[in-house]
Amino acid sequence: MGVGETIQSVERAAGILRLLASGPRELGVAELARAMGLPKGTLHGILRTLVHVGFVEQDAATGRYRLGGTLLHLGSSYLDVNVLRTRSLNWADALAGRSRESVWIGTAHEGGVLVVHHVFRPDDSMQVLQVGTLLPAHATALGKVLMAYDPYGDPGAAFHAPSAPEPAAAPAPEPAAGPGTASATAAGTPSLAALGAAAGGEPAAEGVLAAFTPRTLTSADDLAKELELVRGRGWAYDVEELVEGEVSIAAPIRDARGVTVGAIGVRGAVERLAEAGEPNITIVSYVRDAARAITRDLSR
Amino acid sequence: MVFDQDGRIVSVAQREHRQIFPRPGWVEHDAAEIWDAVQGVVAEAVTGSGIDFGQLVALGITNQRETTVLWDRHTGRPVANAIVWQDTRTDALVRSLAGHEQLFRERAGLPLATYFAGPKIRWLLDETPGLRERAERGDVLFGTVDSWLIWGLTGRHVTDVTNASRTMLMNVRTLSWDDELLAALGVPRAMLPEIRPSAEVYGTTGDGVPVAAALGDQQAALFGQTCFGPGETKSTYGSGSFLLMNTGTEPVSSKHGLLTTVGYQIGDAPATYALEGSIAVTGSLVQWLRDNLGLISSAAEIETLAGTVEDNGGCYFVPAFSGLFAPHWRSDARGVIAGLTGFVTKGHIARAVLEATAWQTREVVDAMNADAGLALTSLRADGGMTANNLLMQILADVLAVPVVRPMVSETTCLGAAYAAGLATGYWPDTDSLRANWHKAAEWRPKIGQDVRDREYRNWRKAIDRSLDWSTP
Repeated sequence: MGVGETIQSVERAAGILRLLASGPRELGVAELARAMGLPKGTLHGILRTLVHVGFVEQDAATGRYRLGGTLLHLGSSYLDVNVLRTRSLNWADALAGRSRESVWIGTAHEGGVLVVHHVFRPDDSMQVLQVGTLLPAHATALGKVLMAYDPYGDPGAAFHAPSAPEPAAAPAPEPAAGPGTASATAAGTPSLAALGAAAGGEPAAEGVLAAFTPRTLTSADDLAKELELVRGRGWAYDVEELVEGEVSIAAPIRDARGVTVGAIGVRGAVERLAEAGEPNITIVSYVRDAARAITRDLSR
Repeated sequence: MVFDQDGRIVSVAQREHRQIFPRPGWVEHDAAEIWDAVQGVVAEAVTGSGIDFGQLVALGITNQRETTVLWDRHTGRPVANAIVWQDTRTDALVRSLAGHEQLFRERAGLPLATYFAGPKIRWLLDETPGLRERAERGDVLFGTVDSWLIWGLTGRHVTDVTNASRTMLMNVRTLSWDDELLAALGVPRAMLPEIRPSAEVYGTTGDGVPVAAALGDQQAALFGQTCFGPGETKSTYGSGSFLLMNTGTEPVSSKHGLLTTVGYQIGDAPATYALEGSIAVTGSLVQWLRDNLGLISSAAEIETLAGTVEDNGGCYFVPAFSGLFAPHWRSDARGVIAGLTGFVTKGHIARAVLEATAWQTREVVDAMNADAGLALTSLRADGGMTANNLLMQILADVLAVPVVRPMVSETTCLGAAYAAGLATGYWPDTDSLRANWHKAAEWRPKIGQDVRDREYRNWRKAIDRSLDWSTP
């Protein structure tokens, strides 16, 4: 093959991937064929290959195609959580200083939120590092942000929370947890110790999200509506949905391509962080400033 | 960096200046370029903070220590490039001073090494025709970078006592230039700046801002970490690592390979001293793994790689790339990876790399405890590597004390700001600065004493294997 020549089938495969990435969430072979101006038979062969290597998935029920998890991993080039922490360090400290609350950075992990960075509330009270802890996604601002901006598509699907709630606050596995952090929850702060107890207590019924407080969103429909609001607003909160008396507020951290790779937020007492059930708008602006600053940093 | 009264960052401006490498082992800076850069970043930081110069309470300076600038008193121009602390051109000169070793140890508190400013001044005077005569007449002036900047900002020829303590020319007890040390190094007194406290108003800038503090970078970090009490220790983790322990108002002579240095002096108060342990290679070993071996693509990934294994797999890494510094001071040592077997993976090597930083810290801490007669109760860690949670946990494990990260990791700038604010009454006392210090994270020891002891024995065996390798 001479310089400048291209391989037609590779170009066609790229075209399919581009369509699946840009159009509605799933496409049938007829739609793809129409868009590409190619016979369905030609497309079938390419699609079969793409499914085989994991770049495309076919929905078992509808027979339609969507981008595969393998490709998404490849595309987001998996931002190392330790790199994320290093790049966020100064901004997280600044957020803790401005808000006077503890700061948390989380990433999506096995249906929950893995805490990859934690800055103590700057009041010199006794606090224990919670890096490596797994938080329930549907009951935290971090989790709502990660679900709302999940690059894998279906909100909630990656977290498989609606039908199969994860045991919350379980120690996370390697590699994010250092040798010393895995058991951190055992001696957690009062609030997180309480969270651990709640998580261990009430197994949720099929199709219902685990309830940690009376305010926890427990129906998949309510959660889907909430995530729609989060997407519209650009940030999320939980008011006493995980722990009575506690509020969390979070915003997305994006990489250079706009993919949400994590969330940063604060957690603290409801008296300080909310008024009449609504989060304190000044603190919200601090959280969003920090998220934007890290996003800017990651795009450099 | 501009800070507010709570010690929070208001704005940041930074600019790189050139590192000049004219020959192997030589490292120089252009002092005029540094002066231009400083003027630029000061203006930018003030503009960026949305205030004007009139609202600035004071200006504090922190600088890389030992770097030597000589300039013409009349023109204000440097007479040569500044010789940087890492520069080893004075190697032969320093060896020729071996007969004075005890004098330098006792009076200056320092071992004979190319590291310090005195030999660099001597080299410039010897190698530049006519310079010695001009220096003797006081037409050519010496200063470390703090002194050079204060000269530019205020027109006064002064230096702070922490920087002066790194010249090998100052008596560490009287805090004044010592005639015997000057004679031993052949440096004329007429070229030396006046030694002043770290925090006092040296003068004012053209914009009317008081220039009110200067501290060497590691001393500034000690101050920024609010290590104001005897026994309080900070450790800064950059490409190398520097542990400083506050030893109170009496200088402690090290019998275990540490330096005696001035920690700070606030106005008329007595100086506070520190013991310093300098480790040449810590963070730069991670960079070496990235750049020379390609095992990781960014420094932060060392934690991920090291997290793939439970322990070091029996492997130990002594990064004696240019010999060993504190507490060994063995220039004949070279790097070794000991304990290799077919079982060892890159994960184990990554782990050994992190453990090397921790064990080197442990050796310096042991030396400090022995010298000071104080036992370290917690370590205040700062610098870029504190983002590495696994390293911080390993540190706590091998030191058997809690390791604490403060909220502001830019402790050197913060320390200079604190000292300047104290000198001008922006803060009333050091207690008010302590109130600004907040713990951002804490790691507690988790391994048992038996494991700690066994690993330390193995580390020392690996150290033994690194010695007696390089011959001059």
